Amino acid sequence: MSEVLVVVDHVDGAIRKPTFELLTLARRLGEPSAVFFGSSDKGGEAAQKLGQLGAEKVYVVDDTEIKGYLVAPKAEALAQLVEKTSPAAVLFVSGYEGKEVAARLAIKTGSGIITDAVDVEEGGVVTQSAFAGNYTVKGKVTKGVPLITVKPNSAPVEEVGAAGTVEEFAATISDAAKKAQIVAQQPRKASGRPELTEAAIVVSGGRGTGGNFEPVEGLADALGAAVGASRAAVDSGWMPHTFQVGQTGKVVSPQLYVANGISGAIQHRAGMQTSKTIVAVNKDEEAPIFELVDFGVVGDLHSVLPAATEEINKRKG
Amino acid sequence: MNIVVCVKYVPDSTADRQFESDNTVDRVGVDGLLSELDEYAVEQALQLKEKNEGTTVTALCVGPEKAVDAVRKALQMGADSGILVSDEAIAGSDYVATSLVLAKAVEKAGAENKVDLVMCGMASTDASGSVVPAMLAERLDLPQVTFASVVETQGDQVRIKRDSDTATEVIGATMPLVMSVTDQTGEARYPSFKGIMAAKKKPLETWSLSDIGVDASEVGLSVAWTEVTETTARPPRTAGEIVKDEDGSGATALTEFLVSKKFI
Ligand SMILES: Cc1cc2nc3c(=O)[nH]c(=O)nc-3n(C[C@H](O)[C@H](O)[C@H](O)COP(=O)(O)OP(=O)(O)OC[C@H]3O[C@@H](n4cnc5c(N)ncnc54)[C@H](O)[C@@H]3O)c2cc1C
Ligand SMILES: Cc1cc2nc3c(=O)[nH]c(=O)nc-3n(C[C@H](O)[C@H](O)[C@H](O)COP(=O)(O)OP(=O)(O)OC[C@H]3O[C@@H](n4cnc5c(N)ncnc54)[C@H](O)[C@@H]3O)c2cc1C
Repeated sequence: MSEVLVVVDHVDGAIRKPTFELLTLARRLGEPSAVFFGSSDKGGEAAQKLGQLGAEKVYVVDDTEIKGYLVAPKAEALAQLVEKTSPAAVLFVSGYEGKEVAARLAIKTGSGIITDAVDVEEGGVVTQSAFAGNYTVKGKVTKGVPLITVKPNSAPVEEVGAAGTVEEFAATISDAAKKAQIVAQQPRKASGRPELTEAAIVVSGGRGTGGNFEPVEGLADALGAAVGASRAAVDSGWMPHTFQVGQTGKVVSPQLYVANGISGAIQHRAGMQTSKTIVAVNKDEEAPIFELVDFGVVGDLHSVLPAATEEINKRKG
Repeated sequence: MNIVVCVKYVPDSTADRQFESDNTVDRVGVDGLLSELDEYAVEQALQLKEKNEGTTVTALCVGPEKAVDAVRKALQMGADSGILVSDEAIAGSDYVATSLVLAKAVEKAGAENKVDLVMCGMASTDASGSVVPAMLAERLDLPQVTFASVVETQGDQVRIKRDSDTATEVIGATMPLVMSVTDQTGEARYPSFKGIMAAKKKPLETWSLSDIGVDASEVGLSVAWTEVTETTARPPRTAGEIVKDEDGSGATALTEFLVSKKFI
């Protein structure tokens, strides 16, 4: 069976959940091999977990020479690994970096690329969601090595107990790839809540919060959810931009999305419409968000949310 | 400084966007416009022009004939000249082919006066791939500084701020390079009446594939490296249950719904 490369998304060795989902999808196409950019120590630790969740092999690419630069060196290293392994496909997490590394790799290797997949089937049929979730599109890469970037929450994580054998891979990085330099880097502060794109439940607030996010955060914590925001809430300075859901923010597709005081503009919908279950609380019964919901409450979020939070906490006991 | 801004012509996102029988986007039956997110790239290019004397800004679009509207809008905003690359063979191109056409057009645009900066939006508003800028950088063998939320330049030095997936970063590079900017860079200007009048006299060229040295067999739907096999309109969501909150009934109903769906 041919190898399927899965590019590991991690922060300093801590692997982010969507990588494990990629391993599940990779097994439908062949034998998963994870590619870990980092030190060999961290790679060794990561390999255990990656093996447990499906990786037969873990290529560790030393990143000392790479980590100070944006995108291009990783694409170069991957091109060399693709050359060596002739994989059946390469899977990436659909974030800024995953997409751009895949983009450069596509040109380098003469391969087609499909972005923002929500499913990958045996035979390489890829499903995407288009026009703010109004269409489902199926497609295939027909040339080169299929490069597929997959949205978080597109597959379950499965315990399979594969070998996770570490293999160091030495890549040669050209000077030309080291021209966009990361001059400073500030890791995002941990909020103590799940990561927005990975969370099973997202509770969001919009202009209707009037700047008071406490009711939204309270409900989020009762549900073990991540907190999101509309651009109106971000533009008002109530929440950082990294919390923004939508076309120019994060694209989420959790099991449950709760929109509070959010009208449901097309740009917001683009970021949440593929959520499995959608709930809204809005005081205007004409708000377009109600066209999308499975369940909606017409009411003031400042009273509905705290009361619901209290009831939920009571039920949880 | 010689800046080329890539602007895409997209179907209006507030209209009823759809696919055609060959699974390509209906770009003719729906009103189109300059992709809103590319206005931010035009704006940043114009701000650089204002700060750096002798800067020229060229708006470049690959699209059907109607796409000239997108170029014209950029001219009205203040770009100096415009280029539309239009050829029937391009229809249905994927990322790889689109980036090829753009790269060849940038090369031609810079044949006499080297291009220092290729500016792009963070994503188109129709396909939102967010990959074309990185592909352009790869094809032109240039560094990329992408998803900029703040742009600073000094001479040929560029610094941007980028909210990446897990960190906020400052990226530095030297021109020539490819940049993409987000909507965080600041509101784009509206064309003024003067700008609209002036745009009518600005140079606007239309190039075909042969003008930029691309063979028709390298682009378009039939040679795409990706194939769309099926497009299905999502079945309309079955109308959800909507309740009115009266004296706390909303909270109870909401809790009950969440319990029934096993979220609690
Ligand atoms: C729903 C949908 C899904 C698609 N998925 C895929 C896929 O998975 N793989 C694939 O290969 N193709 C795909 N395509 C085709 C792809 O969208 C086109 O090739 C498109 O022309 C370029 O991609 P983009 O609009 O996503 O650009 P992006 O990468 O989002 O564009 C970023 C920036 O590049 C510049 N730019 C992009 N296109 C142009 C242009 N025509 N003229 C001028 N500047 C431009 C603009 O500055 C823009 O802001 C898809 C199309 C649709 C409608
Ligand atoms: C290029 C571009 C990109 C964009 N990208 C994004 C994006 O990524 N994400 C995004 O979200 N937006 C985006 N937008 C903005 C988008 O168009 C909307 O303006 C925005 O989503 C509105 O946010 P909102 O729903 O919070 O505010 P509003 O539209 O003002 O809605 C507020 C809602 O709160 C309700 N409300 C008020 N008070 C209460 C209360 N006490 N209790 C309950 N409900 C109440 C109101 O009835 C109303 O429905 C973008 C716009 C552009 C032009």
